[in-house]
Amino acid sequence: MIWNEKMECMGHEDLKNVQSDRLRNLAAYIYKNSPVYKNKLDAFGISPKDIKSIDDIKKLPFTTKEDMRDSYPFGLFSRQVKDINEIHVSSGTTGNPTVVGYTKDDLKLWAEVMARVLCCAGAVPGDMIQIAYGYGLFTGGLGFHYGAIEMGLSVIPASSGQTKRQLKIMDDFKPRILACTPSYALYMAEEAKSIGLKPKDSSWKIGVFGAEPWSEAMRKAIESTWDMCATDVYGLSEIIGPGVAQECTHKAGLHLFSDVFYPEVIDPKTGADVKEGSKGELVITTLTKQGLPLIRYRTRDIVSIKYEKCKCGRTSPRISKISGRTDDMIIVRGINVFPSQIEHVLLGIEGTQPHYQLIVDRRSGDLDELEVLVEVEEKIFSDEIKKLRALEEKIKKEIESILGVFVRVRLVEPRTIERSEGKAKRVIDKRIL
Amino acid sequence: MKLIQISIFLENKKGRLLDVCSLLGANKINIRALTVAESDNFGVLRLVVDKPQEATTLLKAKGFVANLTEIVGVEVPDKPGGLADVLKILSKHNINVEYMYGFLEKASNRALLVFRFDNSDTAIEVLKANKIRVVGQKDMGAL
Repeated sequence: MIWNEKMECMGHEDLKNVQSDRLRNLAAYIYKNSPVYKNKLDAFGISPKDIKSIDDIKKLPFTTKEDMRDSYPFGLFSRQVKDINEIHVSSGTTGNPTVVGYTKDDLKLWAEVMARVLCCAGAVPGDMIQIAYGYGLFTGGLGFHYGAIEMGLSVIPASSGQTKRQLKIMDDFKPRILACTPSYALYMAEEAKSIGLKPKDSSWKIGVFGAEPWSEAMRKAIESTWDMCATDVYGLSEIIGPGVAQECTHKAGLHLFSDVFYPEVIDPKTGADVKEGSKGELVITTLTKQGLPLIRYRTRDIVSIKYEKCKCGRTSPRISKISGRTDDMIIVRGINVFPSQIEHVLLGIEGTQPHYQLIVDRRSGDLDELEVLVEVEEKIFSDEIKKLRALEEKIKKEIESILGVFVRVRLVEPRTIERSEGKAKRVIDKRIL
Repeated sequence: MKLIQISIFLENKKGRLLDVCSLLGANKINIRALTVAESDNFGVLRLVVDKPQEATTLLKAKGFVANLTEIVGVEVPDKPGGLADVLKILSKHNINVEYMYGFLEKASNRALLVFRFDNSDTAIEVLKANKIRVVGQKDMGAL
């Protein structure tokens, strides 16, 4: 079923009118309510009056992750903090995390788009869903939670981890839908086998997987192992969390809910639109959000987009799976990891900046693993093993406390880490994505 | 009266020990004592050689991380209980041994051991006061 047939199947002209109306209102709203955006628009010589239709969006300046960081924690909000009902936090590039806030209306919007997501994946009211995304500061758990309640599902808020308990709940309660990261879905299959459960016999028939990149090969593995339909969900906390785009059962791209999140795909260098179907950076404007509306937010995710109507009847544009990033961020177990965070830690520990490298790997049926190689320099070298081990342990602890993700630290000899043109390669992603 | 030890960081990879030994051999530097301390993924090679400064310069030029540490060479009677007697003296004076290892050869009927103490100077004083012979870097050529 289609949750909001009116908005999701609207003709292109009507949709454009809705988007134009909303953009006009948005421009006036942020100019009035956000000092940061007022200054940005003034500096650009743009007045809300210049925004007449959605095509005028090109006149507006971009918003970046750095804008979020510089306005930490609440500077970019368009509403006073007392009007914000919920706050979520994700990792930032250095130092400060990224903070997002939702008004009551924003939470309604979140529930609405997540209800669309779940219907898109094949859920029907009355289904039971096991939500194994983390609940808490991460947007995954609660976003699914609100949407599932909105569309009338029975919710098991299992949160992440405790795999044996997850499997027991599945086996005893028989939920039809599973929501978690794709690597966790595969990991649970291995666990299931080890405790004598047959994954093929499981009650899970629909999977809504996201928060980390995954490949078609991985989809096939999940679908054949669990005998389920595995769909891809896309979102980022700056825009709303999960709920920006979702695959329908035709699995022909992710439907992006463009009546509320207006997409552009641009050349990250020039800022100009790329040709339809070509790869570029996804830029999103939140057309109706109130607490933290964002204008032309640079997601740094590389996608392609197409506008033709889908076989399912939805007219929303569809984006490809994320094929990369314009920066060096990697996502490990749903957590955003920036090499600059590691740099920060190393600098803080020894007052030196050794060469380092992140290696992320996903062995078959296992969760992502992050290994940090650190080249030993004279400053940090000791003839005593215990001091070197203590150093390893200290780096590990500090990185884990900042990232919130398990890492392995390995000291390596100088010049072990491959350099290209003198610059060390910071990230090696061995996952087949 | 101290010895100079070269410590070298080595990853646990095939051929790394060989690389160090070949480099020193080709440059006519003689290894007199060595030990490898290991952890999961790396080890520290500790060497006593006849020409430590020259050896260190060579190693660093080849990209090894190496540093110099002062250690103490001690002659221990080569008989049952010989080492225990030396350790007893050190223990009585609260001198902590970080690590120790033996020489590749022995001088006459005495075994040569090297010690890394937390405080080398105090250790040397105590050993000498107890008539235990301490070997210095200048003795290296003669051994």
